[in-house]
Order: sequence, then C-alpha cells, then structure tokens
Amino acid sequence: MATATGVYNTTYRRDFALRHTKAEYFRLALLAAFVVVLPFSLSEYWLSYVNLILLAAIAAVGLNILTGYTGLVSLATAGFLGVGAYTTANLTTRAHWPMPLSVIAATLLAAGIGALFGLPALRLKGLYLAISTFAAQVILSNRFRGWAYLTQGHGNIAAGYPTIGTHHMKSDFEWYWLLLVVTGLVVFAGVNLFRTGLGRAFIAIRDQDIAAEVMGVRVGAYKVLAFSIACGLAGLSGALQAHYRTIVTWENYEIGTSFTFVAMIIVGGLGSVAGAVYGAAFMTWVPAYITKIGQSLQQGSFSFLIRKLPAVQLTLFGLVLVVFLLFEPRGLARLWQRAKEYFRIWPFRY
Amino acid sequence: MTKFLTLTLNGLGNGAILALTALGFVLIYKATEVINFAQGQFLVIGAFMVYNANVTWGWPPWLSVLFGIASGIALGMAIERVILRRLIGESTLAVIMVTIGLASALGGVVLGTWGAEPKPRPTFIPHGRVNFGDVGVGADRLVAVAVAAVVLVAVGLFFQHSRHGVAMRAVADDQQAAMVQGISVNRIFAMAWALAGACGAIAGVLLASMSGGYGLELEAFAIFVFPVVILGGLDSVLGTVVGGVIVGLLVEYTKGYMSVDSSQIIPFAALVAILLVKPYGLFGQVRIERV
Repeated sequence: MATATGVYNTTYRRDFALRHTKAEYFRLALLAAFVVVLPFSLSEYWLSYVNLILLAAIAAVGLNILTGYTGLVSLATAGFLGVGAYTTANLTTRAHWPMPLSVIAATLLAAGIGALFGLPALRLKGLYLAISTFAAQVILSNRFRGWAYLTQGHGNIAAGYPTIGTHHMKSDFEWYWLLLVVTGLVVFAGVNLFRTGLGRAFIAIRDQDIAAEVMGVRVGAYKVLAFSIACGLAGLSGALQAHYRTIVTWENYEIGTSFTFVAMIIVGGLGSVAGAVYGAAFMTWVPAYITKIGQSLQQGSFSFLIRKLPAVQLTLFGLVLVVFLLFEPRGLARLWQRAKEYFRIWPFRY
Repeated sequence: MTKFLTLTLNGLGNGAILALTALGFVLIYKATEVINFAQGQFLVIGAFMVYNANVTWGWPPWLSVLFGIASGIALGMAIERVILRRLIGESTLAVIMVTIGLASALGGVVLGTWGAEPKPRPTFIPHGRVNFGDVGVGADRLVAVAVAAVVLVAVGLFFQHSRHGVAMRAVADDQQAAMVQGISVNRIFAMAWALAGACGAIAGVLLASMSGGYGLELEAFAIFVFPVVILGGLDSVLGTVVGGVIVGLLVEYTKGYMSVDSSQIIPFAALVAILLVKPYGLFGQVRIERV
C-alpha cells in the first residue's frame, strides 16, 4: 500500500493500520462531518436518493467482495435482493415476526441459497460461472413472477415500516440514520475483512487459485463462502429495501438490476470497498439527475429526448459501462487515487 | 399422440432458430473466447433492418433479407474493431461486462428508433398450416427448419473445406501457431463477428415470422441460447444443432404438458445440472483445469 513519504511502519500493528497519515485522519473527519450535515441540507426528494444509494452500497460491497476480491462473477445480485425482500415481507406480514429478526432471517436465507448456487464454482471458473449465475437469476426472477404463494396471489406483497414502541419510522430523515449505521457497519466490516486471513485467502484465490491451494487455502470452501457473503449482503440490502419501500414487486428484481450492480462495482472500482460505495452513488444518482433534467426540459426544444427517456437511459447505461471498461477499468476509486497523487506532488508531475 | 407430434414439430422449429442463434454465439466463442451477451440484439437489429428495407422502403423481400444480413455483418465487424479488439488480453469479467454494456446500449438504440410496439410479422414468409395426417404445423416453422439446415450445412462445409474456414479452426485451436503460419488473427476475429451478425439477422427474421412479429421480444428468446451452448459445448458447431433441438423440444414439451411458466425455467435448471455434471457439454473440447 502506498503511503506518504517519510512514513515508516516499524511494527506489524502499524503496518496493519487502516490509516497511516494525518491527512487520512483529516479526510475521515471531513467525511464524518459531511454525513452528519448531509440530511439537514437536502430536500426530502434528494434525501430519498441518498437512502437508495446507502441501500445499494450494501449489496455492491458484497458483490465487490465476490467479484473484485475473489475474482468470481455473479450476475444474480437482483435475484438475491428479491430473496431477501420476499422473505422479510412474508415473515413480517404473515408470520408477524418483528422486523429486525426477519431481516436477519432474510439475510441468512439469501446466504444459504447463494451458497447453493455457488456450488458450481467448485468446478467452474470465469465464464462458465457467469453463465451459471445468469441461470440462477433467470430461475429466481421467474419464481418471483410465477409463484403465487409468495404474494398470496396478489402479485405484490406489503412490508411494514419498522416501529420503535408505537412510533413508525416513515420519514427519509429517520431512515437515513438507520441506513447510515447499517451501511457504515457493512463498509467497516468489508474494509477489515481484507486485514484478516479470510480476506487474504480470497485475494489469493483471485490472483492464482492453484498457488493458493498449494499454500493451504481450501479453495472450494472459500469460493462458496465468498458466494454466500455476497448473496447474504444482497439479501440484507433487499430486506431493508422492502421495508423502506413498503412494497415488494417482482419488477425490481429482474436481470437488468443485476447488470446495474455489476456496473456499479466496475464504475466504482473492482477490488475496492470504497469503490463499491462510489459506484452505488454514481449509478443511483446519475439516472435520477438525468430524469430530473428531463422533467425540466419538458417544454423546451429537447422534448423528443423526454419521450425517449427509457431508451436514452438504457443507451447511456451501456455506454458508461463500455467507456469505463475501455478507458479506466479500475473505476472511480482509481481516478480518486490519481487525483490525490496529483495534488500531493503538485507542482511536479511525478 | 397428436398433441405430442404437434409439440415435437413446434419444438423442432424453435430448435432450428435456437441452433442458428447459438451458432453465432459459438463462432465468436470459438475464435475469440468472448461470451457474447449481445447476441439477442443481433437478432433484433438484423430483423428490424429487414423490416425497414421491406416495409418502410418497399424493397423486394430477397433484397431486404440481403440488406439485413449485410447490416448484421457490418454491425458485428464494427463492434469487433472498435471495442473488442481493445480488450484482447483483458480479464473474462471485463469482456463479459463489455458485451452486457453493448447489449444495453444497442437495446436502447433499438427502443429509441423503432419503439416498444411490435411491428406486424413479415409477409414474404408463408404462414399457412401444413397438415401431415391429422398433425398440423405452421409453414413458417418448416421454412425456419429448412433455412437453418441450409445455413448450418453451409457453415459446416465452410469450416471443412474453405481456406478461411480452416484458418478459423486453426486460430481457435492455437492462436500463436496460427499466426506463425501467416494467418491474420485480427481478420479471423472480424470474420467470426461478421458471421455471428449474419446468423443473428437470419434467425431474427425467421423468429419474427414465427412469433408475434418484429419487436423487442425477440431479444428475450435469445437467453435460451445459454442452455443450448452449455448443453452442446461452448465451442462446438455440431453441439449447437443437437443442443438447439433438445432445448427447443424441452421448452415445447414443458409448455404443453406442464405450464408456460415452467417452460421458462426447466432449460435453465438443466443448464445448472449440466454445469455440475459435465461442464464442457456434449461435444465441447474438454480442457482439464482442476483446483
């Protein structure tokens, strides 16, 4: 890891530290101040998008652990969001479980099903695995659509707001704090994971699986474990999303959403926990902003763009993905790193 | 019994289209080791180009179909030249994601240009029913089977006997050895994408006549290409025929005897099972790589 000049790590403890320099602590303080001030300075409309970003970030961090760090592809994130959402909705409205318990149950169930679909990873690599997860997504979204039991035949199912005593948590402001804590914990756990043996085993599998096996990493077991971590976090995100939106319909869990999540980690930066958060922010905020601009252009001379908005968004989504892969395959996280470097050594080039 | 025979004939019709779509997919994988998630868009764009030429501009059918094939070839070559060639040597994930991005971008362009409303199906392919005893089948399905058979045989002969076909096989086998023999690998890659575009256009028109007409729904059909290629083997031309027919029949039988819903997932459940038991498919080349 590159740190500033003149910083020497003389103990293992120091070497393991997440932050090394005063500048890094300063940035952390800035970030903390930012997240505290944010909900007071945003309108309800934009705050709801911040909440969606936090929700997406949970699943994106999980997917990045699987794809960016362990080197396994999953095209089934949306399916597992759905598993989490339907589980918690059914447990709270039909079995009357309390919400925290049902969210945990949803997370565990998604992790379990994820491990099941991860089993082909024991034998397969790369593109075969991608096709296998694609099949998982097709099967799961078909079941969400067709299995009447899930929604008692209504086509969708309601999930209640969480309650504290007799108070219902409805407002975006309250949700912001809840999601901030959960997402913060997930990000913190994600960053720390790669300081442990488990995380390093994941990286070893990504870099050279045969060498990893020789060094005593149980490759098969760890691959399945990576799958269930990623799917579990997707389940957690889906379950919270269900209670945030209070309605679960199958349209939210189609293959397109899975592609969006893969796009998040590519745009944000593969193999970077912070990158997953940047990617979640980018892929949630930019379409929202485009829609907003679109609405303001309604009367202007660009109104043809508004009628074609879904087509424009699809095209832009595809182009963003292709452009990032061609020109900055390591995403926003790398751009941010380069920007920091640039200012640190300014006015020199290198 | 009549039901069984009807389902079988319908299934063979579907299988023919699937084999054609999968052929484009397999050609690309064989030559360039790229999994092309945009194969469905090749179908849609090829079909809409034929629609444009035939209906909007009033060209004769044979010219329209030629135009559709030509635009499929142009599209395939453009994608290879502008995007995929820059990604040679990149990770599998990057390549897969680029084709997914492409699929989305092309889908957006199609949606913007032709709209979400399906257009009426082509009139130059006969639609009447042909009866064998008491079993009836749409004439369009027979046309599909015939065209697919011609194309697949032609591609098979191309691989066995033509200079370029042999060169393509050489590149698929060992790129460096092929380069040493003076084969231009870049040209082979372009050729594979061009052939895939052409196959997509042909399959797209046939599919448009068999299903509701020209529309974005054609793209949804293309996801069945994955069970086909996994069953047949990702790099086997013969496998596309066998896999296409098996999956086509499987879809029709489950649709007829179980439900439309399960016909969507049975092929994919089979896919996962095959991946666990025999990942290289029936005819795929086995590359032993164990961890």
